[in-house]
Amino acid sequence: MHLAYPAVLAALLFCVGLYGVLARRNAILVLMSVELMLNAVNLNLVAFDVWLRDTLHAGQALTLFTIAIAAAEIGIGLAIVLMVHRNQGTSDVDRLRDTAEGPDTPEAPDASDERREPTDEKTEAAA
Amino acid sequence: MTTTTLAVLVPLLPFLGSAAGLLLGRTAPGFVRPLAVLPTLAAAVLAVLVAFRQGGDEVIDAATQLTPTGSVPIDLSLYIDGFAALVAVLVGVVATCVQVYSTGYLRDDPRYPSYAALVSLFTSAMLLVVYSGDLMVLLVGWEVMGICSYFLVGHYWETPEARAASLKAFLVTKLGDVPFLIGLFALATDAGTFQITGVLGTVASGGLDHPTLIALLLLAGVAGKSAQFPLHTWLPDAMAGPTPVSALIHAATMVAAGIYFTARLLPVFAASAAAMTVLAVMAAITMVGSALAALAQDDIKRVLAYSTIGQLGYMAGALAVGDRGAAVFHLLSHAAFKALLFLAAGAVIHAAGTNSLTAMSRMSGLAKRVPDAYWTMTVALLALAAIPPFAGFFSKEAVLVAAEHTALGERDVAPAGAGWTVLVAGLLTALLTAAYALRLWLRTFRGRGAEAPDHGRQPIAMTSVLWVLAIPSLGFGLTAGYVDDWFDGHALTPTLTTAVLGTGLAAAGAAVTYAVWRTLAARAPVAVPLPHVAHPDADAGSVEAEALHLPHPAEDPADPGRALLGPLHGPAADGFHLDAVYRAAFVRPVLAAASLVRFLDREVVDTYVRAAGDSAKGLGWLVRRAQTGNVQTYLSALLAGSVVLAIAAVALANAVAGA
Repeated sequence: MHLAYPAVLAALLFCVGLYGVLARRNAILVLMSVELMLNAVNLNLVAFDVWLRDTLHAGQALTLFTIAIAAAEIGIGLAIVLMVHRNQGTSDVDRLRDTAEGPDTPEAPDASDERREPTDEKTEAAA
Repeated sequence: MTTTTLAVLVPLLPFLGSAAGLLLGRTAPGFVRPLAVLPTLAAAVLAVLVAFRQGGDEVIDAATQLTPTGSVPIDLSLYIDGFAALVAVLVGVVATCVQVYSTGYLRDDPRYPSYAALVSLFTSAMLLVVYSGDLMVLLVGWEVMGICSYFLVGHYWETPEARAASLKAFLVTKLGDVPFLIGLFALATDAGTFQITGVLGTVASGGLDHPTLIALLLLAGVAGKSAQFPLHTWLPDAMAGPTPVSALIHAATMVAAGIYFTARLLPVFAASAAAMTVLAVMAAITMVGSALAALAQDDIKRVLAYSTIGQLGYMAGALAVGDRGAAVFHLLSHAAFKALLFLAAGAVIHAAGTNSLTAMSRMSGLAKRVPDAYWTMTVALLALAAIPPFAGFFSKEAVLVAAEHTALGERDVAPAGAGWTVLVAGLLTALLTAAYALRLWLRTFRGRGAEAPDHGRQPIAMTSVLWVLAIPSLGFGLTAGYVDDWFDGHALTPTLTTAVLGTGLAAAGAAVTYAVWRTLAARAPVAVPLPHVAHPDADAGSVEAEALHLPHPAEDPADPGRALLGPLHGPAADGFHLDAVYRAAFVRPVLAAASLVRFLDREVVDTYVRAAGDSAKGLGWLVRRAQTGNVQTYLSALLAGSVVLAIAAVALANAVAGA
């Protein structure tokens, strides 16, 4: 098989993942998009391993590592999202702006503004 | 113990007492009084012992070098001749009297511990100046006295007058001390040593290259310390300090340091006829001017301050005619009666509750309230007016005799012109001195009007000291035949011409003043009493501090000083407007320069500083705009950056490969 097919597929997968990471609002979907990007990398690793006819199959071995680490990462990531959702009442990435700079008072970020209207957030998240 | 050890202990004991007093003042208040009085008393006793052993003829000269100091060595050395021995006795005795007096005078003062320690430190510095045989070590004592004077004048620092006076005293004396220091360096460069013996040896062998320059520079320091014209203006203002401080520092000891220093180094000054003439003119102006000013003052302490300046003028005059024996003789007797005058004035101010002579002249029975102060002050004023047989008569006669001998050419240490200047000014001042002394006495103790307020009996610590000091004021002059052995050996006994002239003029001044006072008193009705402080239980110090605030009446028709001075009264009361001259010549330019510097600092330098801060802040504001808190925005920016970097790297690689 020509290298172009898996490479293009990997590129497409990566772009889909990138779009998801940058554009999705739901934190879980962002995490899933990260998985897509990882898998695009995995696909590349395997494809080039085959194409280069590596006797040690370093690419495949690395893929296994990546999968293992991705599994751990998604576990921790989901746990974090769960906690964030419990604390903030939302997992909407756009609403999680605790680290934002306030307009003039850097000591007091305007995260408190968000917490004042949890009902709005929930309705938005549900929507 | 050897005499040298004793002499070392004399300045050391008050110093240790002062250090202990400063350390223990808060933790052990019970020790403060013994720590103040006992070391000073011990120093006085030791000074007497040193003087006794030294005997007036055998000079004690001992030196030890702590560390090599380069080209001109600085030694810790003693040089005790008859002058040093007697002046040290005087300093010790007066300081002991003042310390004892202060225990009563400031008995309720919360800052008494630091006050007593500073007085001890001051005493120690003065004794160091007296005994030191090295000019640099002398300078150390000289400057320590300056700073102690600053602290003690500002003792009542809650009052703006005291703060201003302490700053003025410090700055004006420093104005003289800077040329003094340069003069000392020039002297040491010419002589190759700071040792007084070495310097005198160089002068004797004619090895001094710039005698006039050195003498004039040193004279500036002497004028500052000894309150001679034109640097005398700090002394009348320094009366804002407590009265014992005035007695110790501004009458008996510190202001005498300049005279004593000149007496010690008189050959250096005598090497330059110009310097002697300048000194004579300075002394003459000081004498007459201060006597006129004393006649016009309303504050009892200011009268005494101007009289101190005048008497120091006598001493400077004696030095200007080259007779240091007469100068130091007058220094000793003046210190005794002037310390007594100030301490008695302190008791009077306490009893009257005011320091204004006009206010005192409108209350009767003040003499009965403070009999000790009344009698001792009478003695001291007679001594001040140089009425025989009081101490001032003999010492003032010694000065006048020396001036007469110089004027008539019988002594050739100084030019004859200096002799005439001092003689005429001295005789004129004798007249004025008697006038203002009598005016002070009449206005204080012969007032008419309401009864003086009752402040209770003076503490025994205050009254006993007055009598102790009254003894030398009364009898010290009778030793004139003996003390000349301690000095240069010139006879100090009065001669008929000057004695008749001086006493006659003094009697004339007193008679005129009395006549004017009687006439005015007969003519003027009994005036309304002026406000005064009346706290029967307060200690004298707090009464005085409060009396500082009382206003002085501008006009008093019953004042003989006004009638005697006529049109001169206004300028004389204001110190001949010298303060205004200084204000125009020095204070205004300095203030203008300060405001210029302030403008440059605030408006120019600070603009750059503020701009630097503001630009950093603005940049920070811009960067903060990017911190939205949205992770996805950050990631997008990261991606965009990576893409740009990648494109740039590829383009660069291609460009390099293409080239």
